[in-house]
Amino acid sequence: MGTHLPSTEFDGTAVDDQREADAEAVLGEPAAPMVQLLGPDGKLGADPVFSRYADKLTPEALRGLYADMAAIRRFDVEATALQRQGQLALWVPLTGQEAAQIGSGRASQPQDYIFPTYREHGVALTRNVDLAELLRQFRGVSNGGWNPKDTNFHLYTLVLAAQTLHAVGYAMGIQRDQKLAAATDGAGKEPDAAVIAYFGDGASSEGDVHESMVFASSYNAPVVFFCQNNHWAISVPTNVQTRVPLSNRAKGYGFPGIRVDGNDVIAVHAVTEWALEHARQGKGPVLIEAFTYRVGAHTTADDPTKYRQSAEEDAWRAKDPLARLEKYLRAEGLAADDFFAKVRADGDELASYVRRTAHDLQDPDIRQAFANVYAEAHPLVAEELAWFEEYSAGFAGEDESAGQAAKAGH
Amino acid sequence: MTTMTIAKAINEGLRATLAANPKSLLMGEDIGPLGGVYRVTDGLIGEFGPDRVVDTPLAESGIIGTAIGLALRGYSPVCEIQFDGFVFPGFNQITTQLAKIHSRSSGNLSVPVVIRIPYGGGIGSIEHHSESPEALFAHTAGLRIITPSNPHDAYWMIQQAVECKDPVIIFEPKRRYWLKGDVDVQAPGPSADPFKAHVLREGTDATVVAYGPLVPVALAAANAAEEDGRSLEVIDLRSISPIDFDTVTASVLKTGRLIVAHEAPTFGGVGGEIAARISERAFHSLEAPVIRVGGFHMPYPVAKVEEDYLPDIDRILEALDRALSY
Repeated sequence: MGTHLPSTEFDGTAVDDQREADAEAVLGEPAAPMVQLLGPDGKLGADPVFSRYADKLTPEALRGLYADMAAIRRFDVEATALQRQGQLALWVPLTGQEAAQIGSGRASQPQDYIFPTYREHGVALTRNVDLAELLRQFRGVSNGGWNPKDTNFHLYTLVLAAQTLHAVGYAMGIQRDQKLAAATDGAGKEPDAAVIAYFGDGASSEGDVHESMVFASSYNAPVVFFCQNNHWAISVPTNVQTRVPLSNRAKGYGFPGIRVDGNDVIAVHAVTEWALEHARQGKGPVLIEAFTYRVGAHTTADDPTKYRQSAEEDAWRAKDPLARLEKYLRAEGLAADDFFAKVRADGDELASYVRRTAHDLQDPDIRQAFANVYAEAHPLVAEELAWFEEYSAGFAGEDESAGQAAKAGH
Repeated sequence: MTTMTIAKAINEGLRATLAANPKSLLMGEDIGPLGGVYRVTDGLIGEFGPDRVVDTPLAESGIIGTAIGLALRGYSPVCEIQFDGFVFPGFNQITTQLAKIHSRSSGNLSVPVVIRIPYGGGIGSIEHHSESPEALFAHTAGLRIITPSNPHDAYWMIQQAVECKDPVIIFEPKRRYWLKGDVDVQAPGPSADPFKAHVLREGTDATVVAYGPLVPVALAAANAAEEDGRSLEVIDLRSISPIDFDTVTASVLKTGRLIVAHEAPTFGGVGGEIAARISERAFHSLEAPVIRVGGFHMPYPVAKVEEDYLPDIDRILEALDRALSY
């Protein structure tokens, strides 16, 4: 991208150090530098490109970023508890990745369209998805849970990286919309929009990521690939997925790749805002690698003690995204105890709302499943539904008689 | 009425779609200046430009996956997969994504993507160029699968597929691309519903169900049987998902015997599904088991022996002999 990025003193884990040393040996050049504005010590640094974007963040916006991160962390705790109590079949925790998700989500505009994986609860919050609805999929009452047309936040995609291609196709649609609008003298022209495709370091090995980057590059599609490198694909470390920093891969496709400290919400916001502008202005795709860490398990079915050292987790906890922003806000006099107390209270209220609503989520009727297989009438579905109705009717009254038998003491 | 080949009919159908629907576009490998390896898209890029007739990178998952994204943005993409045996890199996108998005979005989203796949053998080609994988897709709920056997259906089916709100796969019988026939470009007539089977020839002794490339073979077998004094009813299935069981059942209730012919291997195939359903629907009218005529349980064989693999007139007549022997 022709701009110089700052070097960093970021203390990566031993795995990262080794990986980057390997990369240096292979490439004969230093590993990709990382954009960092707000360090773990809570001090705000400078960057020749991205400080301009960070400067736009008002005190209100900075407090908002903190409040969002705190809210989604509290939500994560609540959802994990709901799973442990048998209210959810599974939960996919995000703790540790709050800055990567809130920072990037808050950098998006309403007209942008987001394709998440299945862990982007923080991004969902920034897109005004009802977090209780987000639990539908994990409670087993829906395979989606919200209408993406309401928020421009697509459904979670569980087949790794499949959504990266959808994102590029959607971006190709935006390009065509702009041409159609231009052909009609701008009638129907909407604000320039871009797309964000989220994926992880594990999914970066999927072929669909490669194909999506090839397509995006060939057509100069307005898409930002946002890779959260959280260092673990369930139990497999990133160095099994790649020998080079993931952001370096963008070079091979011919568009900018930026590694950003994914635990630095200010830098993530700045870099993402820059990348979305780049895309909306017709300059093509960008790859952002948010260098972060999944502090918890892959899902509630996972046991990280089997594959990684707790010392590594501790090292990353020292780089906590919330703690560093709190330090900064306090040091700059932008927020004090009353603010943080209110954030905590709001988090508890959110947790209470989510818990109450999750309990009340109605079990669906299988007739809805029949209704939604096809958009148009389908004789086989109709035939099987008719059979099911007849079969079900055979049980009519059975619950009632069982109840009466119980009352009669049988 | 205009006389044209199946390939030309699809070309004209695509031209009509592109002209009528500004949100429609074609995507695929070599479909631009070359006009596709079978020239089905010949001339279209010149008329509609590279944003509507898109030469894509050589990546089938990429074609289907980006088509899904375009559909989510309100477009109607028509994807060309170059050959049947090359659809599998896109299989994941078709079965786990395309087929399920309407369902998993509780009906909020529709992805009206059309996928054209030239299929079947008989052209003396090399490995992976002669396969019939339709059953693998028919097993997946959420997809619709149709296959024309003549130019008139080809012309209308491609347009009907684009208009359909569901994902539609069109299997195009590649060895019949050069088959000529009359096309009424003014009105589809009896072809108004692409998901209905057509009784092409009425008969009384047995019913033969075929689709795509084997329809002309079934008709020829009926002619040969007639010389032996046997009357065959021939049904062009047209739609593989859904299957028009009402039309097949009505025929079998009349004839009492059913032969299903397709190029795909019989094991786990569409013929087995038809046999099972018709056995339930017409058990008391069946004079013989439903007999399947199809490929063997082997990878599609080399071209020099494909004649021994592909169902032909004699294979259908042999099945008829068996059906009549009960």
